Amino acid sequence: MAKKYDLQEREVWDGNFAASQALRQAQVDVVAAYPITPSTPIVENYGNYVANGYIDGEYVMVESEHAAMSGCVGASAAGGRVATATSSQGFALMVEVLYQASGMRLPIVLNVVNRALASPLNVRGDHSDMYLGRDSGWIQLDAFNAQEAYDMVLCAFRIGEHHDVRLPVMVHQDGFITSHTAQNVYPLSDEVAYNFIGDFKPVDDMLDFSRPVTYGAQTEEDWHFEHKARQHKALMDSRSVIDGVFADFEKVSGRKYSRVEAYDMEDAEVAIVALGTTVETAAVAAKELRAEEGIKAGVVAIRCFRPFPFDLVRDALEHVQSVAVLDRSSPGGAMGALFNEVSAALYTAANRPLVTNFIYGLGGRDFSVSEAKRIFKEQKAHADAGHITADIQQFSGLRGPHLGFFQTKRG
Amino acid sequence: MQDLNLLANDNRGQTDLGNSSCLVGWDEVTQGTILESFEGDATGIVQKKAEERSYSNFNSYTATVASWRVKKPVFNIDVCIDCQNCWVWCPDSSILSRDKQMLGIDYDHCKGCEVCAEVCPTNPKSLLMFSEYTPLDEALSQWPEKKKKEEK
Repeated sequence: MAKKYDLQEREVWDGNFAASQALRQAQVDVVAAYPITPSTPIVENYGNYVANGYIDGEYVMVESEHAAMSGCVGASAAGGRVATATSSQGFALMVEVLYQASGMRLPIVLNVVNRALASPLNVRGDHSDMYLGRDSGWIQLDAFNAQEAYDMVLCAFRIGEHHDVRLPVMVHQDGFITSHTAQNVYPLSDEVAYNFIGDFKPVDDMLDFSRPVTYGAQTEEDWHFEHKARQHKALMDSRSVIDGVFADFEKVSGRKYSRVEAYDMEDAEVAIVALGTTVETAAVAAKELRAEEGIKAGVVAIRCFRPFPFDLVRDALEHVQSVAVLDRSSPGGAMGALFNEVSAALYTAANRPLVTNFIYGLGGRDFSVSEAKRIFKEQKAHADAGHITADIQQFSGLRGPHLGFFQTKRG
Repeated sequence: MQDLNLLANDNRGQTDLGNSSCLVGWDEVTQGTILESFEGDATGIVQKKAEERSYSNFNSYTATVASWRVKKPVFNIDVCIDCQNCWVWCPDSSILSRDKQMLGIDYDHCKGCEVCAEVCPTNPKSLLMFSEYTPLDEALSQWPEKKKKEEK
């Protein structure tokens, strides 16, 4: 029996500590991990809780992140509640096994503390690793601060382990800005948190000797397509389960979450779409701009990056005149991924706003309230002109000459 | 000569992936491609002999996977000393042995790798490789004599 851990009603935790406390309260059976900056404290703390008797679990030391996720796959297939954490290069090394985990429908929870991908080597936060996982078949939830990192991990177990879902879930938080910044966090009691998640109920577990099963079968052109289609359908259908878990979470915590979050969007004419800590920066800028200059600015944030909330994004933005979509990942010769997905959603709306793309914050470059205001004001200029008056893709916060690509043919 | 009917499971080799009546749609495939090895409750199945087990159609035991074999091992029961060396070495569990009595080859799963013939210690060997299309009785009629020591 695990020992009791004393919690205050209000704690001062950074995002990593908050996530590790959620792992403790979920009583995760197995964590297989190869720690990497900035996610290290999540698994380090889990190891402490196991060593000090606060979790009846197993910390498995491995020789790489590929082995870490492989260990998680094995433990999850065996029938345990499983989680781990990684960032950046470690995430990249996990990628092969991420596809195995989702294809085998194993509800592993992976904390991804977002960090830039080398080269050049960088330990700071951007969304390169989050974007690298976007086709891996995992549910991807995004936390914008430490409180949400804690809340999303609790929700992630409920969502992934739901028998209608049975999919692995990533919980993202921004490296350092969220992971290493101590903030007020209001945890649930151990009893409330555990009862919210519930006991792990395995399906097709390999340790059920009355029903031996094969995991990881080979399928060629005769079966592979059908299996991937069923997996995609499960991911798309997880949307209603996520909504239900968020509704249940509000009942126990008083904190309300949605797959798409909106700030000051009721009457907004211009909007920023963003992920991670940038959401809060942009929300502050929108409030100030409304007070200072009367610009009706708002923010739309993607809480659930996968499955992508195509219809909710469209609903949130279709009455806006101009939208700036912010991508914190080097787009590698294309428009930013979030820009592409938001644009596709808005293309099917009755009223199509102007949409522009900003690449920003790579390698942890700061994104300030004043830069968010500048972007809002530029959207206002597009809206007043009736067409995009700048390059469609621009780099924000970059030293040197202006860098931008493509011009509009509308208007 | 090996009794070819002795070892066959009733439904072995019956799965025909080219037959569209066996193919279900995306909504009917198993979640996560997780496949049952046996029909029904498998408690204690490890105590049962292979031919007594209720292998499922997903189990490779019920499918023949030897289609690319070009040479096959032939077993000569008259020379065999039941040393079990071939059973130990076979990489595909295709040597069929019961109560330490060598019974023959599982031709549904043997890939023709020749390891069994290589490790057989008898003189002449009890396992020799023949063309896939050589009938067993013809192969046995060609079995070599015991080599004499001076012939080395």
